[in-house]
Amino acid sequence: MDYFLSEEQMMIKELARQIAVEKIVPVRQELDEKEEFPWEIMRVLAGSDLFGLFIPEEFGGLGKGSLELTLAVEELSAACLGVSTTYAANALGTYPILLFGTPEQKQKYLPDIAAGKRLVAFGLTEANAGSDAGGIQTTARLEGGHYVLNGTKQWITNGGEAEIYTVIAMSDKSKGPRGASAFVVEKDTPGFSFGKKERKMGIRASATRELVFEDCRIPRENILGREGMGFIVAMKTLDSSRVGVGAQGVGVAQGAFDEAIKFTRSRVQFGHPIIAFQAIQHMLADMATEIEAARALVYHTARYMDSGANDVTKVSAMAKLFATDMAMRVTTNAVQVMGGSGYMREYPVEKMMRDAKILQIYEGTNQIQRNVIAQNLIKEAAKAK
Amino acid sequence: MRIAVCIKQVPDTAEVKINRETGTLVREGVPSIINPYDMHAIEAALGLRDALGGKVTAITMGPPQAEAALREAISMGVDDGLLVTGREFAGADTLATSRALSGAIRAIGADLIVCGKQAIDGDTAQVGPEVAEFLDIPHVSYVRKIIEAEIDHEARGSIKVERLMDEGVDVVQAELPALITVVRELNTPRLPSLRGKINAKKTEIKKLSAAEIGLTPEVVGFNGSPTQVKKIFTPAPRCGRRVLEGGLEEQVEALVKELMEKKCL
Ligand SMILES: Cc1cc2nc3c(=O)[nH]c(=O)nc-3n(C[C@H](O)[C@H](O)[C@H](O)COP(=O)(O)OP(=O)(O)OC[C@H]3O[C@@H](n4cnc5c(N)ncnc54)[C@H](O)[C@@H]3O)c2cc1C
Repeated sequence: MDYFLSEEQMMIKELARQIAVEKIVPVRQELDEKEEFPWEIMRVLAGSDLFGLFIPEEFGGLGKGSLELTLAVEELSAACLGVSTTYAANALGTYPILLFGTPEQKQKYLPDIAAGKRLVAFGLTEANAGSDAGGIQTTARLEGGHYVLNGTKQWITNGGEAEIYTVIAMSDKSKGPRGASAFVVEKDTPGFSFGKKERKMGIRASATRELVFEDCRIPRENILGREGMGFIVAMKTLDSSRVGVGAQGVGVAQGAFDEAIKFTRSRVQFGHPIIAFQAIQHMLADMATEIEAARALVYHTARYMDSGANDVTKVSAMAKLFATDMAMRVTTNAVQVMGGSGYMREYPVEKMMRDAKILQIYEGTNQIQRNVIAQNLIKEAAKAK
Repeated sequence: MRIAVCIKQVPDTAEVKINRETGTLVREGVPSIINPYDMHAIEAALGLRDALGGKVTAITMGPPQAEAALREAISMGVDDGLLVTGREFAGADTLATSRALSGAIRAIGADLIVCGKQAIDGDTAQVGPEVAEFLDIPHVSYVRKIIEAEIDHEARGSIKVERLMDEGVDVVQAELPALITVVRELNTPRLPSLRGKINAKKTEIKKLSAAEIGLTPEVVGFNGSPTQVKKIFTPAPRCGRRVLEGGLEEQVEALVKELMEKKCL
């Protein structure tokens, strides 16, 4: 379907697809099996300017918006979700600086991020604070010109690999949720270390680690926004990034669907290519329809965000929810229509199915997305009265 | 350093199909690409420019559509493109092609010229060296490594390279201006960048006709081409291949004996 993309948007899509086909597809299986971080591909993305897509031109970026980032993420995801998670988590970690940074903070960090010289990670989750982000226990105590951080963040994408971390910590526990603040912590800061690399079901090219803070002193000016704004920073960040998770869902589903079509056209049983059987045809038809519906929702949500709208929480949750539940169904059905072959590592769909599962979990589980959507529905209904 | 890269637009042989009835290549609808060896030439030129400063111009002789190859080169980071084009250039053999390219290079001036070792559609490997001869400058073909290159502000400089030979590798140094032709081992061509692609859309491609580079229609294109194609065939492989039989011990023994006989050991 024609989404009336501009010439530059088409270029971004083409470029990301070229990188996916030439640089990611040939190595994705090896990256998955060796659980290897895709540094080589990150360098290619940097050389192609894709790290600068959503960063303003005055800070060395290309000054594009959510839709452009969405297009790049979708194409990379069609090849490998482990790689696209690495790329997308960089954007996730950058949003707090982009949305709440002072001009000085932006000048300090954004040019390197735009050039792909320094990778970013976002640290919110802790052992006792998953869906319930309000449960975070990491503290940030003001001591003269410094904040002193103590605590442990869990399951942080790009942890250990990134050089810049945006972290949410409690600067005043007595205030509850209003006592959280957001900070920038650089990798080589004394008192900041990393836990072991997690061993995962999927997205194995992506690195997930603990961030450990032990009397980690950071300059006072590293606070993002004001003290007490930590959860606002986190929520606005997630509002901006969630549509990207939706784009990952569209991408991986499309990648799996393309494999399924190719396979079902050539696999012969009972004297016919299996695509001649109506049972297979209907599955493929449903898959294609769902992908297109999700893509339309994701693209339009991104466009809505780029229009400057500020009531994006509900729609971005919808885009994430719908596109990632769809991705799980479509990748599972891609394995199904390919039968035993689909289950084998010779074909990429088993990896896509393992990878797709994370999309329903991270950046807020899909149950939490439904909660968010429902809360907004209730608010809207109350207002309408 | 002012660097000129000569590139050729060729049919993507990976996509060429064979007409079963006539046994000929079906060229219609086959996408065009930059000759793969020339991609390595572009990368070499960009690498030198990034290290030494200067400018890279991509040059091609071809029909108006060949502009696409120049734009692709620009999307990789080449600074500008020059299209040598006109009806008079049609039907050129390697001599007429090199004459035209060398004329264009003379017109813009270059300290170093980089070409792919050969084009995948003609496979002659003649154009690079012939361009150097027309320009009366040194050339080194089959370059697999650039060891060093330098140039001063008066455009005096040199380039030192490894040349791939059948029996090994030569290290050759040439004074600039010079021409090199490159093999695949030299580098991995970069992908386009987004800024490059945006730039490639906007950049105006300069066009030169034969008259504009001071050549008469008699010496270019079909008229300027003495080559006559008598027959096209696949040459027999140069050396035979034999698979040794028997157990490992026997095979090693037979191999050593044979190598001694051939005075290789
Ligand atoms: C590979 C990976 C990468 C990650 N990367 C990052 C990162 O970069 N940065 C970061 O900060 N975090 C990251 N996370 C953390 C991720 O965001 C959390 O795992 C997620 O928010 C869910 O939290 P939890 O795992 O603690 O699950 P829990 O909150 O314990 O949830 C368990 C189950 O209960 C359900 N549930 C919980 N509460 C409710 C409720 N109120 N209503 C209905 N259902 C509910 C959930 O939906 C889920 O099904 C990552 C996680 C993984 C696995």
